Amino acid sequence: MTGWLDALIQGVLLGGLYALFAAGLSLMFGVMRLVNLAHGDIIVLAAFAILVVAGKLGLDPFVAVALAAPILFVIGFALQHVLLNRTLGRDLLPPLLVTFGLSIIIQNGLLQIFSADSQRLRSGAIETASIPLGGGIAIGVVPLLTLLSAIAVIVVLNMIFYRTPIGRAFRATSDDLEVAELMGIDISRIFATAMGLAFVVIAIAALYLGLRANFDPTIGPARLLYAFEAVIIGGLGSFWGTLAGGVVLGLAQTIGARIDPEWQILAGHLAFLVVLALRPRGLFPRAQD
Amino acid sequence: MLLEVAGLKKSFGSIIVADDLGLAIAPGEAVGIIGPNGAGKTTLFNLIAGSISASAGSIRFDGRDLSGVPPQGRCRAGIGRTHQIPQPFEKLTVFENLLVGAVYGGRKAEHEATQSCGEILERLGLLKRANTLAGSLTLLERKRLEMARVLATEPKLLLLDEIAGGLTEGECAELVATIRDIRESGVAILWIEHVVHALLAVIDRLIVLNFGRKIAEGSPKEVMQRPDVHQIYIGIEA
Repeated sequence: MTGWLDALIQGVLLGGLYALFAAGLSLMFGVMRLVNLAHGDIIVLAAFAILVVAGKLGLDPFVAVALAAPILFVIGFALQHVLLNRTLGRDLLPPLLVTFGLSIIIQNGLLQIFSADSQRLRSGAIETASIPLGGGIAIGVVPLLTLLSAIAVIVVLNMIFYRTPIGRAFRATSDDLEVAELMGIDISRIFATAMGLAFVVIAIAALYLGLRANFDPTIGPARLLYAFEAVIIGGLGSFWGTLAGGVVLGLAQTIGARIDPEWQILAGHLAFLVVLALRPRGLFPRAQD
Repeated sequence: MLLEVAGLKKSFGSIIVADDLGLAIAPGEAVGIIGPNGAGKTTLFNLIAGSISASAGSIRFDGRDLSGVPPQGRCRAGIGRTHQIPQPFEKLTVFENLLVGAVYGGRKAEHEATQSCGEILERLGLLKRANTLAGSLTLLERKRLEMARVLATEPKLLLLDEIAGGLTEGECAELVATIRDIRESGVAILWIEHVVHALLAVIDRLIVLNFGRKIAEGSPKEVMQRPDVHQIYIGIEA
């Protein structure tokens, strides 16, 4: 019994990580209908960036992320402004091809620089710290922080989307691009800002990716898959749905692993298939989308 | 002149939608455009608002050449357009629809925008719908929102595209009163309309387009009496 309860708790916490992977993807798709096939690789790239910054400056990864966030915002902004905005239009293929290309470039660039060795972000005692809940169950501090960060990210994104002028512009642009332009919105700037924001979310996701487990340059595509599954399970266009999608995926994986350790990944994909079959628009679809 | 269009040319394949088109509008003036379907009326609006670009000719607004200026730049310069089929941001509330126009088009700070958008909503009778999602409005309300939102951008020139179509007589009369109001506040109006009596109640000057060409221009009364215009118009009514 304890084992099952533990699996449930760990599953919810793991869901926090998947929600963080997915939040950036959900943001990009929500605002500019961009399907970013390089999303997982960009998360891995950000993890390496944190590793380097933390290593060179002797900083704790948490501090390194705080320092890196504004820089990543600028990188995301520039990437969208210079490259990705050119690919967006009526044709859906160019953004897929370009982000697929980015994915390959990032993976191979990282392999070239960092080799295929596994890396890990180090943050001292917090990595192994845990809070005992009694009954032989304990929750790790880092997994708990992951989930809390995911919730915080989603609360902040919702506030930006529903309480600020820029968020209103995000929603207006996603609603009707051409009319948004006629209303004075510079959509390439809005898209670039959205990507900058997504990159800040990616930095936070990368922090927990690196703290919770080993990473190497080739694990990006699998993270992309989990992120996609979480977004689709949750329903497009809703950040809370994305969190729920992450939790469903995390739960399925830990419950699967509890039955048989080899079933972890498979159980996640099966849960995704079941949701797709029963609720093709996800658990919490936004009306009309 | 507020708006000066000269030698404008545009074709889609072999169909000519603007052929050496020229027109000028003074600040505060109200001008109507009529013409059969496919005469190039909406295309002219798309060219002025910057949604499409002309193959030749020039558009000057407020003393500035607009070639190469994107739609958002033209909106900020003071050109506001409405669509024949209202296109509100359906997932935003009515008030948010206006705020987008006021903050981005009208370059206003949030608190000023809140103030001015509230006033516009009141003026157009939409205040009690302020927090409704725009997607759930009726046709008349959508038309009002279309006007309200473009007014929030503080245009100097308002391009109205068949705003009176599909309304009842009473609704139409209300709309005409609103447009006269806007006009009296000093906004110039260029208005495409099939509902001619609505148009004639507001405008100073009438332009008739056919096959992308200007075939008549002058005082509404004179223009409507010309036999060639009459003929085209009978054509539309049939």
